[in-house]
Amino acid sequence: MIRTAIVDVPIAPAALLAAVTSAATGATTLFLGTVRDINEGRAVTGIEYSAYTAMATEELQRVADEAAARFDGIRVAVEHRTGTLQLGDVSVAIAVAHARRTPAMDAQRFIIEELKRRVPIWKREHYVEGDWHWVDPTAPAPAVECAP
Amino acid sequence: MTQFQVLLFASYADAFGASAVTVSLPEPATVADVVRALRDLPGGATLPFAPLVAVDRRYTPGAVPIVAGQEIAVIPPVAGG
Repeated sequence: MIRTAIVDVPIAPAALLAAVTSAATGATTLFLGTVRDINEGRAVTGIEYSAYTAMATEELQRVADEAAARFDGIRVAVEHRTGTLQLGDVSVAIAVAHARRTPAMDAQRFIIEELKRRVPIWKREHYVEGDWHWVDPTAPAPAVECAP
Repeated sequence: MTQFQVLLFASYADAFGASAVTVSLPEPATVADVVRALRDLPGGATLPFAPLVAVDRRYTPGAVPIVAGQEIAVIPPVAGG
């Protein structure tokens, strides 16, 4: 059971858990990514997520399929949200179930890391000062000012 | 010359001021040819040295040939999660 989606409505984690659990699964993991109030030292008010939806839908499915090939027997439900999210809102949810905990936990880690590396989704972060910028994980880390 | 429509997203859409642009190239053309043509458009100077490109919704290296009608997109650094 592999189910993935890019959605533009709030994510219901309980529904993902219900989708992956079965009488045969003894271990279920749930990862939630949520909007954080501080990023790189700046106070964040919200994040706008946008996507190349057609490709993101396919790439997310490929990631989940690769996880299923690596970790035999996992059941997976993944949703990533787009649109304007407030602090604390869930941007991504990954539920993985398996008979045993190790494949479930390893598969969950694989899926979030590959999602962040490959799935064409972007975030525009808004700050309390009223400005915003596109988050670029490939950009060099900001310079740290050192006191003399 | 063949016209290729190129989809743009996020920071690249902002830089070009559009969510899609059209470039004209002699065939045969490659992914790298599309990127070179984009650099000549207003906003094109902001592209990195080797931006990610997707053809028909899959990441595709620069040397790969393209044909009219394929879905071509230039992908800014992704930031999902």
